[in-house]
Amino acid sequence: MSAALDLFTVVAVAAGAFFFLAGTVGLLRFPDVFTHLHALSKADNLGLGLVVLGLLPQANGLLAGLKLFAIWLLALLVGAVVSQLIARAARRAGPRA
Amino acid sequence: MIDALNAGIALLVLGLAIWTIVARDTFAAIVGFVAYGLLLTLAWVALRGIDVALTEAAIGGGLTGVLLLRAAAKLRRTEAASNAERPGLPTRLAAAIVAGGVAVALAIVVLAPAGPAPTLVPEVAANIAATGVGNPITAVLLAFRAIDTLLEAIVLLFALIGVWSLAPDRVWGGRPGPRYRADPDGILAYLARLLPPIGIIVGIYIFWIGADAPGGKFQGATILAAMWLLAMMAGLADAPPVSRRRLRVALVAGPAVFIAVGAAGVATAGAFLAYPEGLAKPLILVIEWALLPSLALTLGLIMAGAPQRPEDR
Repeated sequence: MSAALDLFTVVAVAAGAFFFLAGTVGLLRFPDVFTHLHALSKADNLGLGLVVLGLLPQANGLLAGLKLFAIWLLALLVGAVVSQLIARAARRAGPRA
Repeated sequence: MIDALNAGIALLVLGLAIWTIVARDTFAAIVGFVAYGLLLTLAWVALRGIDVALTEAAIGGGLTGVLLLRAAAKLRRTEAASNAERPGLPTRLAAAIVAGGVAVALAIVVLAPAGPAPTLVPEVAANIAATGVGNPITAVLLAFRAIDTLLEAIVLLFALIGVWSLAPDRVWGGRPGPRYRADPDGILAYLARLLPPIGIIVGIYIFWIGADAPGGKFQGATILAAMWLLAMMAGLADAPPVSRRRLRVALVAGPAVFIAVGAAGVATAGAFLAYPEGLAKPLILVIEWALLPSLALTLGLIMAGAPQRPEDR
Protein backbone atom coordinates (compact mmCIF):
# COMPACT_ATOMS: atom_id res chain seq x y z
CA MET A 1 0.00 0.00 0.00
CA SER A 2 2.70 2.46 0.98
CA ALA A 3 4.68 1.56 -2.15
CA ALA A 4 1.62 2.38 -4.26
CA LEU A 5 1.20 5.70 -2.44
CA ASP A 6 4.89 6.49 -2.95
CA LEU A 7 4.55 5.71 -6.64
CA PHE A 8 1.49 7.99 -6.81
CA THR A 9 3.54 10.77 -5.18
CA VAL A 10 6.41 10.37 -7.63
CA VAL A 11 4.09 10.36 -10.66
CA ALA A 12 1.99 13.34 -9.50
CA VAL A 13 4.94 15.49 -8.43
CA ALA A 14 6.77 14.68 -11.67
CA ALA A 15 3.67 15.68 -13.64
CA GLY A 16 3.54 18.92 -11.62
CA ALA A 17 7.19 19.58 -12.34
CA PHE A 18 6.47 19.02 -16.04
CA PHE A 19 3.83 21.78 -15.96
CA PHE A 20 6.29 24.14 -14.27
CA LEU A 21 8.84 23.33 -16.96
CA ALA A 22 6.26 23.87 -19.71
CA GLY A 23 5.19 27.16 -18.09
CA THR A 24 8.80 28.35 -17.97
CA VAL A 25 9.37 27.41 -21.61
CA GLY A 26 6.18 29.29 -22.49
CA LEU A 27 7.35 32.36 -20.54
CA LEU A 28 10.59 32.37 -22.51
CA ARG A 29 9.16 31.53 -25.95
CA PHE A 30 5.75 33.22 -26.17
CA PRO A 31 5.64 36.67 -27.77
CA ASP A 32 3.71 39.02 -25.41
CA VAL A 33 2.46 39.66 -21.87
CA PHE A 34 -0.90 37.92 -22.33
CA THR A 35 0.55 34.67 -23.64
CA HIS A 36 3.23 34.82 -20.91
CA LEU A 37 0.44 35.01 -18.33
CA HIS A 38 -1.35 32.14 -20.04
CA ALA A 39 1.79 29.98 -19.76
CA LEU A 40 2.53 30.96 -16.15
CA SER A 41 -1.00 30.41 -14.87
CA LYS A 42 -0.84 26.82 -16.15
CA ALA A 43 2.32 26.27 -14.12
CA ASP A 44 0.79 27.85 -11.01
CA ASN A 45 -2.61 26.23 -11.15
CA LEU A 46 -2.00 22.76 -12.54
CA GLY A 47 1.68 22.36 -11.62
CA LEU A 48 1.25 23.37 -7.99
CA GLY A 49 -2.04 21.48 -7.83
CA LEU A 50 -0.39 18.26 -8.97
CA VAL A 51 2.55 18.75 -6.60
CA VAL A 52 0.14 19.27 -3.69
CA LEU A 53 -1.93 16.27 -4.78
CA GLY A 54 1.22 14.16 -4.90
CA LEU A 55 2.34 15.31 -1.45
CA LEU A 56 -1.03 14.60 0.20
CA PRO A 57 -0.31 10.87 0.86
CA GLN A 58 2.99 11.91 2.50
CA ALA A 59 1.31 14.53 4.71
CA ASN A 60 1.57 14.08 8.43
CA GLY A 61 -2.11 13.65 9.30
CA LEU A 62 -5.32 15.26 8.11
CA LEU A 63 -4.46 18.76 9.36
CA ALA A 64 -1.18 18.88 7.45
CA GLY A 65 -3.01 17.71 4.33
CA LEU A 66 -5.61 20.46 4.75
CA LYS A 67 -2.81 23.01 5.14
CA LEU A 68 -1.24 21.86 1.87
CA PHE A 69 -4.63 22.12 0.17
CA ALA A 70 -5.17 25.62 1.63
CA ILE A 71 -1.78 26.70 0.25
CA TRP A 72 -2.87 25.58 -3.21
CA LEU A 73 -6.19 27.45 -2.91
CA LEU A 74 -4.39 30.64 -1.83
CA ALA A 75 -1.93 30.32 -4.72
CA LEU A 76 -4.88 29.89 -7.11
CA LEU A 77 -6.62 32.97 -5.73
CA VAL A 78 -3.57 35.23 -5.77
CA GLY A 79 -2.35 33.89 -9.11
CA ALA A 80 -5.71 34.64 -10.76
CA VAL A 81 -5.90 38.16 -9.28
CA VAL A 82 -2.31 39.08 -10.11
CA SER A 83 -2.72 37.78 -13.69
CA GLN A 84 -5.80 40.00 -14.09
CA LEU A 85 -4.00 43.05 -12.70
CA ILE A 86 -0.92 42.55 -14.89
CA ALA A 87 -3.07 41.93 -17.97
CA ARG A 88 -5.12 45.07 -17.31
CA ALA A 89 -2.00 47.17 -16.79
CA ALA A 90 -0.54 45.74 -20.02
CA ARG A 91 -3.73 46.50 -21.98
CA ARG A 92 -3.76 50.10 -20.72
CA ALA A 93 -0.09 50.56 -21.57
CA GLY A 94 -0.78 49.32 -25.10
CA PRO A 95 1.50 47.14 -27.22
CA ARG A 96 5.13 47.68 -26.40
CA ALA A 97 7.85 48.03 -28.96
CA MET B 1 20.05 13.68 -4.37
CA ILE B 2 19.73 16.18 -1.52
CA ASP B 3 23.32 17.27 -2.20
CA ALA B 4 22.43 17.97 -5.83
CA LEU B 5 19.42 20.03 -4.67
CA ASN B 6 21.57 22.01 -2.23
CA ALA B 7 24.25 22.59 -4.85
CA GLY B 8 21.53 23.79 -7.22
CA ILE B 9 20.20 26.26 -4.65
CA ALA B 10 23.72 27.52 -3.91
CA LEU B 11 24.46 28.03 -7.61
CA LEU B 12 21.15 29.82 -8.19
CA VAL B 13 21.73 32.09 -5.18
CA LEU B 14 25.19 33.01 -6.47
CA GLY B 15 23.93 33.50 -10.02
CA LEU B 16 21.04 35.73 -8.90
CA ALA B 17 23.35 37.73 -6.63
CA ILE B 18 25.62 38.47 -9.59
CA TRP B 19 22.63 39.24 -11.83
CA THR B 20 21.24 41.67 -9.24
CA ILE B 21 24.53 43.57 -9.18
CA VAL B 22 25.12 43.51 -12.93
CA ALA B 23 21.56 44.42 -14.07
CA ARG B 24 21.51 48.03 -15.29
CA ASP B 25 17.75 48.42 -15.03
CA THR B 26 16.69 49.19 -11.44
CA PHE B 27 13.38 47.33 -11.74
CA ALA B 28 15.07 44.20 -13.11
CA ALA B 29 17.64 44.33 -10.31
CA ILE B 30 14.87 44.51 -7.68
CA VAL B 31 13.00 41.58 -9.20
CA GLY B 32 16.29 39.68 -9.07
CA PHE B 33 16.75 40.71 -5.43
CA VAL B 34 13.28 39.48 -4.41
CA ALA B 35 13.85 36.13 -6.16
CA TYR B 36 17.24 36.02 -4.43
CA GLY B 37 15.47 36.49 -1.07
CA LEU B 38 13.09 33.61 -1.84
CA LEU B 39 16.00 31.34 -2.80
CA LEU B 40 17.82 32.33 0.40
CA THR B 41 14.66 31.24 2.22
CA LEU B 42 15.04 27.80 0.61
CA ALA B 43 18.72 27.77 1.62
CA TRP B 44 17.77 28.50 5.25
CA VAL B 45 15.17 25.71 5.13
CA ALA B 46 17.88 23.36 3.84
CA LEU B 47 20.05 24.44 6.80
CA ARG B 48 17.07 23.77 9.14
CA GLY B 49 16.93 27.44 10.20
CA ILE B 50 13.15 27.66 9.77
CA ASP B 51 12.88 30.79 11.96
CA VAL B 52 15.46 32.58 9.83
CA ALA B 53 13.77 31.31 6.66
CA LEU B 54 10.42 32.78 7.73
CA THR B 55 12.05 36.11 8.55
CA GLU B 56 13.94 36.14 5.24
CA ALA B 57 10.76 35.41 3.27
CA ALA B 58 8.68 38.02 5.11
CA ILE B 59 11.19 40.83 5.62
CA GLY B 60 14.10 40.14 3.27
CA GLY B 61 11.99 39.19 0.24
CA GLY B 62 8.59 40.77 0.84
CA LEU B 63 8.95 43.95 2.86
CA THR B 64 12.34 45.04 1.49
CA GLY B 65 11.12 44.23 -2.02
CA VAL B 66 8.13 46.57 -1.60
CA LEU B 67 10.35 49.34 -0.21
CA LEU B 68 12.81 49.00 -3.10
CA LEU B 69 10.01 48.94 -5.71
CA ARG B 70 8.61 52.19 -4.29
CA ALA B 71 12.07 53.77 -4.36
CA ALA B 72 12.56 52.58 -7.97
CA ALA B 73 9.20 54.06 -9.02
CA LYS B 74 10.33 57.44 -7.62
CA LEU B 75 13.69 57.20 -9.38
CA ARG B 76 12.27 56.22 -12.77
CA ARG B 77 12.31 59.75 -14.21
CA THR B 78 16.02 60.21 -13.55
CA GLU B 79 17.07 56.64 -14.22
CA ALA B 80 17.96 57.02 -17.90
CA ALA B 81 20.21 59.98 -17.10
CA SER B 82 21.99 58.18 -14.28
CA ASN B 83 22.40 55.04 -16.42
CA ALA B 84 24.00 57.12 -19.16
CA GLU B 85 26.71 58.26 -16.75
CA ARG B 86 29.65 55.92 -16.44
CA PRO B 87 32.18 56.48 -13.69
CA GLY B 88 35.81 56.79 -14.78
CA LEU B 89 38.16 53.81 -14.88
CA PRO B 90 39.96 54.64 -11.57
CA THR B 91 36.61 54.79 -9.71
CA ARG B 92 35.45 51.49 -11.16
CA LEU B 93 38.82 49.87 -10.46
CA ALA B 94 38.80 51.10 -6.85
CA ALA B 95 35.22 49.85 -6.36
CA ALA B 96 36.13 46.45 -7.79
CA ILE B 97 39.22 46.17 -5.55
CA VAL B 98 37.36 47.18 -2.38
CA ALA B 99 34.36 44.91 -3.08
CA GLY B 100 36.58 42.00 -4.12
CA GLY B 101 38.78 42.53 -1.04
CA VAL B 102 35.78 42.42 1.30
CA ALA B 103 34.50 39.25 -0.41
CA VAL B 104 37.91 37.54 -0.18
CA ALA B 105 38.37 38.56 3.48
CA LEU B 106 34.90 37.24 4.35
CA ALA B 107 35.57 34.00 2.47
CA ILE B 108 38.86 33.51 4.37
CA VAL B 109 37.19 34.14 7.73
CA VAL B 110 34.25 31.83 7.01
CA LEU B 111 36.09 29.03 5.22
CA ALA B 112 39.27 28.93 7.37
CA PRO B 113 39.34 25.62 9.29
CA ALA B 114 39.72 27.15 12.75
CA GLY B 115 38.19 24.30 14.74
CA PRO B 116 34.59 24.25 15.97
CA ALA B 117 33.07 27.71 16.28
CA PRO B 118 32.40 28.91 19.84
CA THR B 119 28.82 28.11 20.73
CA LEU B 120 26.35 28.86 23.50
CA VAL B 121 23.91 26.17 22.37
CA PRO B 122 24.51 23.83 25.36
CA GLU B 123 23.86 26.68 27.80
CA VAL B 124 20.64 27.67 26.01
CA ALA B 125 19.53 24.02 26.08
CA ALA B 126 20.36 23.78 29.80
CA ASN B 127 18.49 26.95 30.78
CA ILE B 128 15.52 26.98 28.40
CA ALA B 129 13.22 25.34 30.96
CA ALA B 130 13.52 28.43 33.18
CA THR B 131 11.89 30.59 30.49
CA GLY B 132 8.85 28.34 30.00
CA VAL B 133 9.20 28.77 26.20
CA GLY B 134 9.57 25.75 23.91
CA ASN B 135 11.23 27.36 20.88
CA PRO B 136 14.94 28.01 21.63
CA ILE B 137 15.00 30.91 19.14
CA THR B 138 12.22 32.68 21.02
CA ALA B 139 13.98 31.95 24.32
CA VAL B 140 17.15 33.59 23.00
CA LEU B 141 15.30 36.57 21.50
CA LEU B 142 13.11 37.34 24.51
CA ALA B 143 14.97 36.00 27.55
CA PHE B 144 18.69 35.49 27.03
CA ARG B 145 19.21 38.34 24.55
CA ALA B 146 16.09 40.42 25.14
CA ILE B 147 18.08 43.65 24.85
CA ASP B 148 18.77 42.90 21.15
CA THR B 149 15.08 42.45 20.44
CA LEU B 150 14.22 45.65 22.32
CA LEU B 151 16.76 47.59 20.28
CA GLU B 152 15.44 46.04 17.03
CA ALA B 153 11.91 47.21 17.82
CA ILE B 154 13.24 50.70 18.59
CA VAL B 155 15.37 50.77 15.42
CA LEU B 156 12.18 50.16 13.42
CA LEU B 157 10.63 53.23 15.07
CA PHE B 158 13.69 55.26 14.07
CA ALA B 159 13.35 53.93 10.52
CA LEU B 160 9.73 55.13 10.48
CA ILE B 161 10.80 58.58 11.73
CA GLY B 162 13.39 58.59 8.93
CA VAL B 163 10.69 57.78 6.34
CA TRP B 164 8.37 60.47 7.72
CA SER B 165 11.13 63.06 7.72
CA LEU B 166 11.22 62.84 3.90
CA ALA B 167 7.86 64.64 3.82
CA PRO B 168 7.81 68.19 2.42
CA ASP B 169 6.94 70.88 5.00
CA ARG B 170 3.49 71.67 3.63
CA VAL B 171 2.18 68.11 4.12
CA TRP B 172 3.96 67.38 7.40
CA GLY B 173 1.58 65.48 9.64
CA GLY B 174 -0.57 64.48 6.65
CA ARG B 175 -1.39 61.08 5.23
CA PRO B 176 1.30 58.79 3.75
CA GLY B 177 1.25 57.76 0.11
CA PRO B 178 -1.26 58.64 -2.59
CA ARG B 179 -5.01 58.12 -2.09
CA TYR B 180 -5.50 54.87 -3.93
CA ARG B 181 -8.64 54.66 -6.02
CA ALA B 182 -9.51 51.24 -7.34
CA ASP B 183 -12.76 50.05 -8.88
CA PRO B 184 -14.86 49.11 -5.81
CA ASP B 185 -16.29 46.14 -7.73
CA GLY B 186 -12.92 45.30 -9.31
CA ILE B 187 -10.71 42.32 -8.77
CA LEU B 188 -8.25 44.14 -6.46
CA ALA B 189 -11.03 45.26 -4.11
CA TYR B 190 -12.35 41.69 -4.21
CA LEU B 191 -8.96 40.32 -3.15
CA ALA B 192 -8.63 43.01 -0.49
CA ARG B 193 -11.92 41.82 1.01
CA LEU B 194 -11.23 38.10 0.71
CA LEU B 195 -7.57 37.83 1.74
CA PRO B 196 -7.25 39.91 4.97
CA PRO B 197 -9.43 37.62 7.14
CA ILE B 198 -7.19 34.70 6.12
CA GLY B 199 -4.00 36.76 6.38
CA ILE B 200 -4.88 38.09 9.84
CA ILE B 201 -5.45 34.55 11.12
CA VAL B 202 -2.20 33.31 9.54
CA GLY B 203 -0.28 36.32 10.95
CA ILE B 204 -1.59 35.79 14.48
CA TYR B 205 -1.02 32.02 14.17
CA ILE B 206 2.62 32.54 13.17
CA PHE B 207 3.01 34.98 16.06
CA TRP B 208 1.35 32.62 18.58
CA ILE B 209 3.13 29.43 17.46
CA GLY B 210 6.45 31.28 17.93
CA ALA B 211 6.54 30.22 21.58
CA ASP B 212 7.02 26.55 20.70
CA ALA B 213 7.79 26.33 16.98
CA PRO B 214 9.30 28.51 14.26
CA GLY B 215 7.45 31.83 14.03
CA GLY B 216 7.29 35.03 15.99
CA LYS B 217 6.13 38.60 16.19
CA PHE B 218 8.27 40.07 13.39
CA GLN B 219 7.06 37.53 10.84
CA GLY B 220 3.45 37.75 12.07
CA ALA B 221 3.54 41.56 12.11
CA THR B 222 4.85 41.64 8.52
CA ILE B 223 1.86 39.58 7.35
CA LEU B 224 -0.56 41.84 9.25
CA ALA B 225 1.11 44.92 7.77
CA ALA B 226 0.84 43.42 4.28
CA MET B 227 -2.90 42.88 4.76
CA TRP B 228 -3.28 46.51 5.86
CA LEU B 229 -1.31 47.68 2.83
CA LEU B 230 -3.50 45.55 0.54
CA ALA B 231 -6.64 47.21 1.94
CA MET B 232 -5.01 50.63 1.45
CA MET B 233 -3.99 49.92 -2.17
CA ALA B 234 -7.48 48.67 -3.02
CA GLY B 235 -8.89 51.98 -1.74
CA LEU B 236 -10.84 50.24 1.05
CA ALA B 237 -8.85 51.87 3.86
CA ASP B 238 -6.92 55.11 4.02
CA ALA B 239 -3.57 55.62 5.70
CA PRO B 240 -3.97 57.58 8.94
CA PRO B 241 -2.46 61.08 9.21
CA VAL B 242 0.90 60.69 10.92
CA SER B 243 0.16 63.57 13.29
CA ARG B 244 -2.69 61.66 14.97
CA ARG B 245 -1.90 61.20 18.65
CA ARG B 246 -3.62 57.82 19.00
CA LEU B 247 -1.49 56.44 16.18
CA ARG B 248 1.72 57.66 17.76
CA VAL B 249 0.75 56.20 21.14
CA ALA B 250 0.03 52.85 19.46
CA LEU B 251 3.40 52.98 17.69
CA VAL B 252 5.42 53.46 20.89
CA ALA B 253 3.21 51.32 23.15
CA GLY B 254 4.99 48.04 22.35
CA PRO B 255 8.56 49.21 22.98
CA ALA B 256 7.31 51.20 26.01
CA VAL B 257 5.82 48.06 27.59
CA PHE B 258 9.07 46.21 26.81
CA ILE B 259 11.10 48.93 28.55
CA ALA B 260 8.69 49.01 31.50
CA VAL B 261 8.98 45.23 31.99
CA GLY B 262 12.75 45.57 31.69
CA ALA B 263 12.87 48.37 34.25
CA ALA B 264 10.64 46.37 36.61
CA GLY B 265 13.27 43.62 36.35
CA VAL B 266 15.79 45.94 38.06
CA ALA B 267 13.60 46.02 41.16
CA THR B 268 12.32 42.44 41.18
CA ALA B 269 15.13 40.37 39.68
CA GLY B 270 18.21 42.53 40.06
CA ALA B 271 18.95 43.43 36.44
CA PHE B 272 17.44 45.31 33.50
CA LEU B 273 15.31 42.91 31.43
CA ALA B 274 15.72 40.11 33.99
CA TYR B 275 12.50 38.23 34.79
CA PRO B 276 11.61 37.16 38.35
CA GLU B 277 11.65 33.41 39.03
CA GLY B 278 8.59 31.65 37.57
CA LEU B 279 7.23 34.78 35.85
CA ALA B 280 9.35 34.54 32.69
CA LYS B 281 6.68 33.01 30.44
CA PRO B 282 3.84 35.40 31.39
CA LEU B 283 6.13 38.43 31.08
CA ILE B 284 7.40 37.25 27.68
CA LEU B 285 3.76 36.90 26.58
CA VAL B 286 2.96 40.43 27.80
CA ILE B 287 5.91 41.81 25.79
CA GLU B 288 5.01 39.81 22.68
CA TRP B 289 1.34 40.84 22.75
CA ALA B 290 2.31 44.48 23.28
CA LEU B 291 4.90 44.43 20.50
CA LEU B 292 2.76 42.75 17.80
CA PRO B 293 0.34 45.64 17.08
CA SER B 294 3.08 48.26 17.34
CA LEU B 295 5.32 46.31 14.96
CA ALA B 296 2.48 45.71 12.48
CA LEU B 297 1.64 49.45 12.47
CA THR B 298 5.31 50.44 12.18
CA LEU B 299 6.02 48.05 9.29
CA GLY B 300 2.80 49.02 7.49
CA LEU B 301 3.57 52.74 7.77
CA ILE B 302 7.19 52.22 6.66
CA MET B 303 5.83 50.53 3.52
CA ALA B 304 3.15 53.24 3.05
CA GLY B 305 5.95 55.82 2.81
CA ALA B 306 6.36 59.49 3.65
CA PRO B 307 3.35 61.80 4.12
CA GLN B 308 2.32 63.11 0.68
CA ARG B 309 -0.98 64.92 1.15
CA PRO B 310 -2.82 66.92 3.82
CA GLU B 311 -5.16 65.18 6.22
CA ASP B 312 -8.41 66.03 4.38
CA ARG B 313 -7.52 64.68 0.93
